[in-house]
Parts: sequence; C-alpha cells; structure tokens
Amino acid sequence: MSNEWPLWEVFIRGQHGLNHRHVGSLHAPDAELAIRHARDVYTRRNEGVSIWVVPSAQITASAPGDKGPLFEPSNAKVYRHPTFYDIPDEVGHM
Amino acid sequence: MYAQMVKSEATNEDPALLAAFQARIDAGEKIEPKDWMPEGYRQTLIRQIGQHAHSEVVGQLPEGNWITRAPTLERKAILLAKVQDEAGHGLYLYCAAETLGVSRDDLTEALLAGKMKYSSIFNYPTLNWADIGAVGWLVDGAAIVNQVALQRTSFGPYARAMVRICKEESFHARQGYHAIMQMAFGTPEQKAMAQDAVNRLWFPAMMMFGPSDKDSVHSAQSMAWKIKINTNDELRQKFVDQTVPQILYLGLDLPDPGLVWNEARGHYDFTEPDWSEFYDVLKGNGPCNADRMAARQKAWDDGAWFRDGLMAHARKAAARKMAAE
Repeated sequence: MSNEWPLWEVFIRGQHGLNHRHVGSLHAPDAELAIRHARDVYTRRNEGVSIWVVPSAQITASAPGDKGPLFEPSNAKVYRHPTFYDIPDEVGHM
Repeated sequence: MYAQMVKSEATNEDPALLAAFQARIDAGEKIEPKDWMPEGYRQTLIRQIGQHAHSEVVGQLPEGNWITRAPTLERKAILLAKVQDEAGHGLYLYCAAETLGVSRDDLTEALLAGKMKYSSIFNYPTLNWADIGAVGWLVDGAAIVNQVALQRTSFGPYARAMVRICKEESFHARQGYHAIMQMAFGTPEQKAMAQDAVNRLWFPAMMMFGPSDKDSVHSAQSMAWKIKINTNDELRQKFVDQTVPQILYLGLDLPDPGLVWNEARGHYDFTEPDWSEFYDVLKGNGPCNADRMAARQKAWDDGAWFRDGLMAHARKAAARKMAAE
C-alpha cells in the first residue's frame, strides 16, 4: 500500500458573508491535519476566516465532453433573462 | 526560469485532435486537467512545473542557512516568512503538476534519482548577510519577471499557481532590496559587502533565464502551446532593464562593464553570462550541487518515519471509527 498522504481539496471563506471558495489542494494523512496544513499553506496573509477540506477522491466532476449537452441548452433560453422583455418607460422601474 | 532548458516532448497523435487543441490554445482558452491534451503537452508541463516546484523547495536551503544568523529579530522574522512562502510555492506547484497524473512523491523521487533538475541559481552559496539581500532582490526579482509572464500560460492549474505566487513574491524582492539598501547606505564596509554580493550574483541571476532559445525547436513548440509565453532573451532583457536603475540608485557600481544604455534599441546592452559555467553547474559541478542534493536526500530519509507514522495512525483511527459505527 502506498504511504503517500492522500490529496485533499481546500475551500476557504475569505470573509464572513462570502461563500467558501476552492483555493487549491494539499496532502495530509487525515482531515484534522489537512485543516492545519491548509491554514499554513493557504492563509498566511489573512486570506480566510473558515476552512473546509474534502478528500479529492470524494469529488465527482462533470466530464469535459459533456459540456455541450449540459450547458448549451441554456444558451437558447434567452427568455430566462429580464432583458428579454421590453417594458414601456411609463411603467417605471421594474 | 526556475525551469531551465525544459525539453519539450514530441507528440504523435491524431492530427485532427491536435489541430482542435491548438485552436483552443490560439483562442486563448485555458486547458484544464480533464480536457484532452497531447501527450507531449502533458509531459512537457510535468517536467517544467516539477522543475519549478523543486526549485522553490531547494531554494529554501541557501536562505534557511541564514535564519539563525539574521542581524536583527525583525530581519529574522522576515526571512522566516519568506522561506515559509517558498515552501508554500513548492506545494502549490506540486499540486498543479499532480493534476497531470503524476504524484508528488514520484516527482521527489525523480529529483533525488537525478532524473529531474532544479534551477542552477541555487547551486551558488550565500556567503554572508549581503547575499541574502541580493538573493531576495535579484534572484526573486528575476523569478518575478518570468512568473508574471507565466500567469498567462495555457494550463489552468499552472496559471492559477503563478497568480498566487506572484502576489506573494513581490514581498520577497522588496524585502531583499530593502536589506541591501541599508547596507549600501551604511558604513563603507557594509557598502563593500553589498557591492561584492551584487558582483557575484549578477551573472548567476542572468543565467536563470536559460541560454538564448532563438534556435531551439523545443522552445518553439512550448511557445506554440503557450507553455512558455516569452523567449528567454526577452525575459532576460526585461530583467536587465528593470534592475540597472535599481543598482544605480544604491550608488553601487554596475557588475558588468558591458551594461550600457543603447538609445537605438531602447534597452541596456549587456555581456552574456559564461554559458560554459552554466552547463557545468547543470551537470552537477556548481559550488553547492552536492550539498543541496544531500540536504534534500537527508530530509526525505529522515522524514520517512514521520510520514509513515502519521499515515498508520490515520488508517488505525479510520478503522476504529468504522468499527464503532
């Protein structure tokens, strides 16, 4: 069995009120040390107020080849955007 | 830069796929790890990013050497923070390389086996405190010139690592210049030390960009794939032009009599470094090659029980948790 520490993905909340954002990855033997390493590697300059770590092996990603079927249909649905509708100025701000 | 003489790998794949890939690159799209990419692109990047990562880690050695001997507590804290940054930069880069399907341990073992390299610059010694200032200013300054360009490299994880690194690296160059400034404006002895450090480190810093690549086929492929953004010569000239005024401000003599402003070119002329010295250092014959590799090997060997122990503990704890559930 390989003794290389597994890979973790690191998510940092930059400030209260913002989402956690993916910032990178690192190696650690377990979740507790992954948090400590994330603190040293990704928050040396006040970049965060909260850290999430997730084993990289647990991430399921969409396949690059599925980009078309997944995302193209929404391109054709311009009526989902407010700017699709012309509302007369007399109506006022809407 | 921290990646010198990276040979690009030949690629032998379906011309239609290659053309579609090149079209994405030409359109300025970033390539992400799961996208299709030519094997040559993948292998060249592994070699370049790996060499860059090794350089960050080995680069800690000449500076770490002076942490306990920094002249003041403030300088000690600054140097400690800088060396810690270099460790972080190495980690960002190893992670970027790992998205290409190689593991960090594989890369470390390749370095220790002599199959991968790190930048030639770290095979020069830091003899005194002035060298530490000059390394921050000139060596990190040269690295920044290269890394700013690489923020636009075509491989997404590499470009993102460069963005993070550039943000932190500017502190490195400024603290180095600040340290040298204090010496250049200090006693005559201190000024002489600053001059000596600049004289010794100038050409090794110029070599960091690698030899002229105007005739290199490998460079042409890496440029086409936007793994490299500028030629070595362009980057070297940029470094010279930005650094000469900084030397003059210190009241120090220029380290190369060939450094003369060329009005027609709009650039400083300079003397080429001694490339035979460069090749000799790459071959392993620099002043510190053996020491650097011995230090890396020792750290790897001495850390084995610790890495294995923590992994064994994690496995045991996970098994215990599973049994309890």
